[in-house]
Amino acid sequence: METIAFAGLSALAVGGALIALFHRSIIHSAFALMGTFLGIGGLFLLLGSDFLAVVQLLVYVGGILVLILFGLMLTKPDPGERKKGRIALTLAAIGIPVVLLVGRVAETARWAATEAEVLPAPASSVREIGFAFLLREGYLIPFELSAIVLLVALVGAVYLARRPGRREGSAA
Amino acid sequence: MNLGSTLAVAATLFVIGLAMMVARRNLLYVLMGIELVLNAANLNFVAFARYAAPAGGEAMLRGHMFAMIVILLAVAEAAVALAIVLNIHSLFDTVRPEEPDRLRE
Repeated sequence: METIAFAGLSALAVGGALIALFHRSIIHSAFALMGTFLGIGGLFLLLGSDFLAVVQLLVYVGGILVLILFGLMLTKPDPGERKKGRIALTLAAIGIPVVLLVGRVAETARWAATEAEVLPAPASSVREIGFAFLLREGYLIPFELSAIVLLVALVGAVYLARRPGRREGSAA
Repeated sequence: MNLGSTLAVAATLFVIGLAMMVARRNLLYVLMGIELVLNAANLNFVAFARYAAPAGGEAMLRGHMFAMIVILLAVAEAAVALAIVLNIHSLFDTVRPEEPDRLRE
């Protein structure tokens, strides 16, 4: 059962990414990417991190994808160069070294736990994550710093996206 | 389903994302490729937290924390990058990454 779910979600993620890479229309690419993000969220769920799965849905499908679609609507529709042979060649040129490297690492690395010691996934990780961020494990400073990072990114994005011509008019 | 197969899926997504950044000539494709690459890294973090952490809670939690910080930075990056793309579009009237070649207006 778990294996079937894993195979289906992996196929959804990889297939969506491949469609996004090869499709002629960038709008279709963006929607194919939604399948990828959904598949990865499902994989998170299978790997026992339910909180990250929900965050994945909220942030990627609900946020970043909508942002990209807005970007599509605000710019000229330019599908970019789409030479299938070139894309496939790039895919191979990047893929073959990565496959060799991953195979080599998987062969030689010794992980901290062996297959037999893997614990069953906890029922829910939300409680642990909340405690870790705010109380126990010392993640409080990264938590607060991430708030500052978000604020700075928000202000910076608003400043950058302003239309350049209107500065004098708004100052008067 | 084990560590190896999850890492294989993550590596595949990484390769596709990188190819999308390099081969498609549109800044929004570059953005999508970056998101794919970061997602693949997150999948690695979560897979290691599940399968390669020594028994006990703390090391497992560390993988989730890393993944969450990566998601946070991906959001900030997407917002700022979209603002930059819109600026490039209004200044150069194009979204091809090789066209903008000067810094002044």
